Amino acid sequence: MNLATINIAAILPTLVLSVVGIVVMVAEPFVGEQKKSNLGWLAFAGTLAAMLSLVPMANNRGQWYSNLWIVDDYDVFLDFIFLLIAAITILTSMDFLRREELNHPEFYSLLLFATAGMLMMAASNELVMVFLGLEILSIATYVMAGFRRADLKSNESALKYFLLGSFSSAFFLYGIALIFGATGSTNLLAIADALRSSKIQISLVSLSAALILIALCFKVAVAPFHVWTPDVYEGAPTPVTGFMSVGPKAAGFAVLFRVFLTAFPSIEDRWGSAIWMVAALTMILGNVIAVVQPNIKRMLAYSSIAHAGYVAVAFAATSDRGVSAALFYLLAYSLMNLGAFAMVTIISRKEDKLVNVTDYAGLGSKRPGLAAVLSLFMLSLAGVPGTAGFAGKFFIFRAALESRLVWLAIIGVVTTVISFYYYLSVIVQMYMREPHDEFSDVRLCGSLKFALVISAAGTLYLGLLPTRVLDWTTTAALR
Amino acid sequence: MFSRPKHMEFVGSNILTIVTFTPAAGALLILFYNRAHARSIRTFALIITLLAFVFSLYLVARFDSSNPDFQFGVRVPWMPSLGIDYSMGVDGISLFLILLTTLLTPLAILASSSINDRLREYFIFMLLLESGMIGVFASLDFFLFYVFWEVMLIPMYFLIGVWGGERRIYAAMKFVLYTMIGSVLMLVAIIALYFIHGNATGTFTFSYPQIQSALASGRLVLSPAIELWLFVAFFLAFAIKVPLFPFHTWLPDAHVEAPTAGSVLLAGVLLKMGTYGLVRFSLPLFPHISHLFAPLISMLAVVGIIYGALVAMVQPDMKKLVAYSSVSHLGFIVLGIFSFTIQGLEGAIYQMLNHGISTGALFLLVGVIYDRRHTRLIEEFGGLANRMPVYATFFLIVTLSSIGLPGLNGFVGEFLVLLGTFGVNHIRAAVAALGVILSAVYMLWMYQRVMWGRVENDRNASLADLAGRERAMLVPILIMIFWMGMYSSYFLRPMDASVMKLLNQTQAGRVEYARDLNTFLSAQRRARSASPIGRSLKTRSASPIGRSLKTRSASPIGRSLKSGCAGSQQAGGADEVVRSALHVFAELTTPALQPFLRLRPIGLALRPAVAPPLLCEEGNVLASK
Repeated sequence: MNLATINIAAILPTLVLSVVGIVVMVAEPFVGEQKKSNLGWLAFAGTLAAMLSLVPMANNRGQWYSNLWIVDDYDVFLDFIFLLIAAITILTSMDFLRREELNHPEFYSLLLFATAGMLMMAASNELVMVFLGLEILSIATYVMAGFRRADLKSNESALKYFLLGSFSSAFFLYGIALIFGATGSTNLLAIADALRSSKIQISLVSLSAALILIALCFKVAVAPFHVWTPDVYEGAPTPVTGFMSVGPKAAGFAVLFRVFLTAFPSIEDRWGSAIWMVAALTMILGNVIAVVQPNIKRMLAYSSIAHAGYVAVAFAATSDRGVSAALFYLLAYSLMNLGAFAMVTIISRKEDKLVNVTDYAGLGSKRPGLAAVLSLFMLSLAGVPGTAGFAGKFFIFRAALESRLVWLAIIGVVTTVISFYYYLSVIVQMYMREPHDEFSDVRLCGSLKFALVISAAGTLYLGLLPTRVLDWTTTAALR
Repeated sequence: MFSRPKHMEFVGSNILTIVTFTPAAGALLILFYNRAHARSIRTFALIITLLAFVFSLYLVARFDSSNPDFQFGVRVPWMPSLGIDYSMGVDGISLFLILLTTLLTPLAILASSSINDRLREYFIFMLLLESGMIGVFASLDFFLFYVFWEVMLIPMYFLIGVWGGERRIYAAMKFVLYTMIGSVLMLVAIIALYFIHGNATGTFTFSYPQIQSALASGRLVLSPAIELWLFVAFFLAFAIKVPLFPFHTWLPDAHVEAPTAGSVLLAGVLLKMGTYGLVRFSLPLFPHISHLFAPLISMLAVVGIIYGALVAMVQPDMKKLVAYSSVSHLGFIVLGIFSFTIQGLEGAIYQMLNHGISTGALFLLVGVIYDRRHTRLIEEFGGLANRMPVYATFFLIVTLSSIGLPGLNGFVGEFLVLLGTFGVNHIRAAVAALGVILSAVYMLWMYQRVMWGRVENDRNASLADLAGRERAMLVPILIMIFWMGMYSSYFLRPMDASVMKLLNQTQAGRVEYARDLNTFLSAQRRARSASPIGRSLKTRSASPIGRSLKTRSASPIGRSLKSGCAGSQQAGGADEVVRSALHVFAELTTPALQPFLRLRPIGLALRPAVAPPLLCEEGNVLASK
């Protein structure tokens, strides 16, 4: 217990994000209307700087600040995912904000703060720390969801997310209180130690684990805690939806793995089958309901639920291989889903109006380049070999079978086939239906192109040559 | 001995890579073409496919017929930490299937002259499809095989969905979803096999030859229940692809809606991937269960032969007729495969080539007339022989080849299959032979209605005969029809060594297996009678099924297993065969289903270490008694 050992390097990325976020916010009134998008580039530079500062952070492994803060490979890999998500989201939002006349750079500040919250969640070794990160992330996201102030749907989205999110935070706090009562600590390692001794009231611990599990399941949107997702995703501005579908999800899983595999492994028999059922239910519900969605944002919302189900399969494997597969999948999923949402942002045009799957009719003949890129993301989300989505699913099912979760793997692959239906129906619209729209007002500015290139290249790279990243996730999983 | 020049060695070890990826490289190059240059895109695509064909001729020229193993092997680590290699090779079984692919694709491209819409994308997908198909036949790594197997669906999906007929979207979606559902289960089985092999031998690899030799040499032993599950997963993927009755419903839709070139490749090559999978994977990897299920599968094949022929007979649409005739012909192939005789297997492989050529040609011919009249309904035609004599002659030869006229290619394959089957089961062979007669009925009847008589429909009065391009695409097929009919040993000889090796692998250990299986089943029964579920199951022995269980050793399957010879099955009725096969299935699967019923995380015993000890224990108990 020595607060004097302040280690700047260990928290450098979080620090960079926070400082840049504050700078963007403070600078806003001093920047002319025309130059406001420059602040977006400043925020983008901030995420790149944070990514660079991962290097000094990675050289400072260990626990810092009274064991509140942990730096390990797991943390570094997840931070990389979070920063990538933030960077791509900033690139996607710049044009969107200009188009919707919402050019308020505090959007970028909020995004950077949310990302800082995610970094804290991945690095925390302590439940109270997790809660701090979770709240920083959530509050920033509530505001972002309601960013189109004049739009009723956006307001509804923010309010719903806020009410249900607060509720789940309360669950989380309750869980922390109970575990503190049972073990006398909120430090994950201390909890794990305490659980190994016999004097623990196991029912109290189980209740607390259940409350924490429910709160986090809400954050990652797995069934049966997924009901808020479609409405919130539909109403939020499209780039924010993209961010919400990957960022908080990845952060939530980061905490789930950390908390349950560090603190609660000794009572695995009590939560293992719950995860099994959550995974199975999520894959089935997400994929089946996505089939009937006419609105592409809702369809992608249900698809994001389904993908959380696949990560939950890796969680149910409760092995290092499972964690490694989940980390790989989170990266792959983030890239392809952000790419898909970037395309939705482009096609939806003024006021986020054209968001039905049928609005994509004939895109293949009018804008073949855009259609090809969106097809790549759809095929990858569906899991066609050669794309990141397939590699990720392959690793997850491999981990599941290694842990002998045969039925979970079978449910997983069969629901994958269902998912082919709705992903391919986007391709059907683009290539096999007659265009009733010229797509002449579809603009593609530099930042969006950049975002699409990053996501598409990443999707292909992870699909064709996954070895290098997989090796990285394997070391990250061993912690 | 002389040392070969350097460049020959390079070609020798990389020829499969070159053949497989020439079309894909061509597809990439087409991307750089201006879409306005339709003519040069067509020519370029044709040249690329011809190039791939020429490269594949090298395989035939250098193929060593006396060697039963894989040749032209290439193996490069792809994802070493997972045991996944880029590994390819051909043996006598896959050699001519690759040739068939490279031969049919240029012809299909010649048949694409009516495509004018989005030409560039069309040829890109055609070329990618060819790469995928060759890759399926050439890959020797399970992961690589699966990648090709799945990736190939996407170009076919686009070919049907974009350039197809009226109900093309429905047909394309049905095609993808149907084939996908089978293949994802195969993926699970592949990963399971990977772990089972890895846990038993210590090397985690997806290499097909390694896993196969571990199974053949006994270093890896699968328990009956696991072998059954793996077999079912693989079989479902292949049976849907074949398609075996009753999994055939996607085929007529896909065929009718696909553009001509798509139908040619679908019938000519894609369907062969299913039968190839049965020969390459199901038989050598799961020989015991294959033998056990052979009667059931053969029966499905025979039903498919008759059913396909009868449905073909009443089709008003020529393309649909040919599609259903495919169901019938593919039944012959499956029948030959599951006869487990050298004649049957070689006949089946030969029939794969025949069907590719004859049915491919039929689709080409139907495409020719469709380009002229934009209809395929038989009643629209009549008397075409008067207006298009050359066309009628070509059509006649192909029709006769499809029927199996002696001297033409179809005869050799069907004869060998029937010969192989007859040695095993007279009834099946006799019923299948009925299919040959039915095929003559529906094909000749169609020919008669389309070609003969007077021209009564005015729109047929001014039809032009075959143009130079159309002759160019049909002549190679006619040459193949006569060549394969007259000089079949040229094609059969390279198969001999590999097929013999395959048969030896599948025959080994059958007799002991029957004993093992009986021991295993009785162990399962005893274990179950201790549990509540087991007790409820036990009461079943009062039911007819239960009784048939007890008397199983007297049932055809029991007997055939014990005698190690499939020849004695003819005595039992078909009903009995099915019932006992289903029974063994139920016996083996119930223990695996039990944990699922209790809704708990499942620990299906993946490691052979779990099940065999049970076998051994029970065996010891029995021995001590």
